Amino acid sequence: MSVQALTLTLRLAVLVSLILMAIGLPMGYWLAISRRRWKFVIEAIVALPIVLPPTVLGFYVLVAIGPLSPVGRWYHAITGGSLAFTFRGLVVGSVLYSLPFAVQPIAAAFSSVDQTLLHASATLGASRWRTFWRIVFPLGIPGVLTGFVLSFAHTLGEFGVVLMIGGNIPGATQTVSIWIYDQVQSLDYASANQMAGLLLLVCFVILIALYGLRRNRKWGAWGWQ
Amino acid sequence: MGRMGVAVNGALPVNSSAGLHVEIRKRLADPSDSSREFALAAQFSIAAGFTILFGASGAGKTTILDCIAGLQRPDAGQISANEQVLFSSKQGVDVPTRKRQVGYLFQTLALFPHLTVRHNIEYGLAQVGRDERERRSQEIAGSFGISGLLDRRPAAISGGERQRVALARALVTRPKALLLDEPMSALDASTKSRIVDDLRVWNERHAVPVLYVTHQREEVYALGDRVLVLERGRLVADGAPHEVLGRPQLESIAQLAGMENVFECLVRSTRPDQGTMTCVIADSNVPLEVPLYRVDAAHPIKVGIRAGDILVATSQPRELSARNVIAGSILSLRQQDVTVIAEVDCGARFLVRLTPGACRSLALEAGKPIWLVLKTYSCHVLQ
Repeated sequence: MSVQALTLTLRLAVLVSLILMAIGLPMGYWLAISRRRWKFVIEAIVALPIVLPPTVLGFYVLVAIGPLSPVGRWYHAITGGSLAFTFRGLVVGSVLYSLPFAVQPIAAAFSSVDQTLLHASATLGASRWRTFWRIVFPLGIPGVLTGFVLSFAHTLGEFGVVLMIGGNIPGATQTVSIWIYDQVQSLDYASANQMAGLLLLVCFVILIALYGLRRNRKWGAWGWQ
Repeated sequence: MGRMGVAVNGALPVNSSAGLHVEIRKRLADPSDSSREFALAAQFSIAAGFTILFGASGAGKTTILDCIAGLQRPDAGQISANEQVLFSSKQGVDVPTRKRQVGYLFQTLALFPHLTVRHNIEYGLAQVGRDERERRSQEIAGSFGISGLLDRRPAAISGGERQRVALARALVTRPKALLLDEPMSALDASTKSRIVDDLRVWNERHAVPVLYVTHQREEVYALGDRVLVLERGRLVADGAPHEVLGRPQLESIAQLAGMENVFECLVRSTRPDQGTMTCVIADSNVPLEVPLYRVDAAHPIKVGIRAGDILVATSQPRELSARNVIAGSILSLRQQDVTVIAEVDCGARFLVRLTPGACRSLALEAGKPIWLVLKTYSCHVLQ
């Protein structure tokens, strides 16, 4: 079992899900309340990582952050380094890859908040900002929680994107799933089994906790339904 | 009465005093056929006190409220409250909802389910200092009798209490006008009247124009000082409830006002000296004497009669002042709440409302021959 790969993976997953919360909350709110005609295009783009093969996504991200692309050159000019084959590059790729798993449940939860409550909030003088934090967010918390947990779990288990962007550098870009792949390649099934079992357990516990909480809420444990 | 803006179809009198001034034009989808549109074109002013906006569903009542609150945008027009322009297509003004200071009580009340009663009430007082906020929420909770509920959530209180909380929440912000969208349709009459009494007491001190939307005629009589009748986007009547609903001259008002019998009639003769005219119910030869009304004799008119205004006799009545005595027979009797509705065939079908006691003492039953007695002035000629 590689503790290094494990801590790196956890660090990546925590960081990515936090970043996705920062992106997912405003984006989910916008998707929930916007009446723009072209909203469906944004929805399609957000959903793209679900259907796209990870290698395809990884390939384009790699090209986009590579030293020849504008993004890569810009990043180099600022930091003097490169995103490709680094932990930061991995974060960028994972954020894109897990985006729908954060945004979709959040947007669904926010749009299920009764519109009249938003109208009532406005007639009581509240700004959109206040309406969001006092009404939409608290009522949408189950969806926000789902988005956080799903993007966390999804980042834990990703393989193709990580391989394309990060390669396989222990301590920098070698995540658990790639480490397992390595063990299998070198026919060390026992180590692979340990790590795979651990990952299975972690994901299962996370989902059990999530669905347990949602059930509780339905039964009124959160007090307002 | 100090009432302004009787303008139904004409121009609004220029009036810049306090109150709510509304002039809205907006195209709306037809509720019965969404591919068709009809035009909402309403113009009225209301002063402090209760004004009822009355009309069938789909007439555009809620749209008017939404436009006043800024939740919908008129195609054109002008809305102002207490001399502040909230919307003006000419001046290009469209104040956002949150800055309009218009209280709105939604049909569903829209209490915030995750906040306590206290936090619901204080929601609109974010700009007010803490002490002042507490003082005002205590005061309004006292006025509406909900001081004991402040720490409960909306799910844990009764429907009438939720109503009071929603009113308190809207009024604690001291709005320039209060809009109520059929808020009490789910409440029983006594709960409703107690809440309305509290609202009246509150409003005697604060003198806010209250626009109350409903399609229930009992509420019109019970609540309104003045009623505006909206029909397919247009105001067709304006006045005190008993004037508008007591002497309906429009079929739509007749139905809203509870005219169970509306007949198409042909005028046979007029008697200007008596103030009456005689007509015959179309497709029958039942004559009716009705009040004289300036009509084109070639065209059929509509006559509305309340089921409760018709008398029933089991032998032919004589020496009566009532001019209409019509023979017929009972088709059916059915109980409706505490009254009995009789369907009577006289050549035309009449609905008659009776008390169960009258029904028993006359031994009424289906097939029994009877006479209907109608005063001339119980027959309302509709435009």
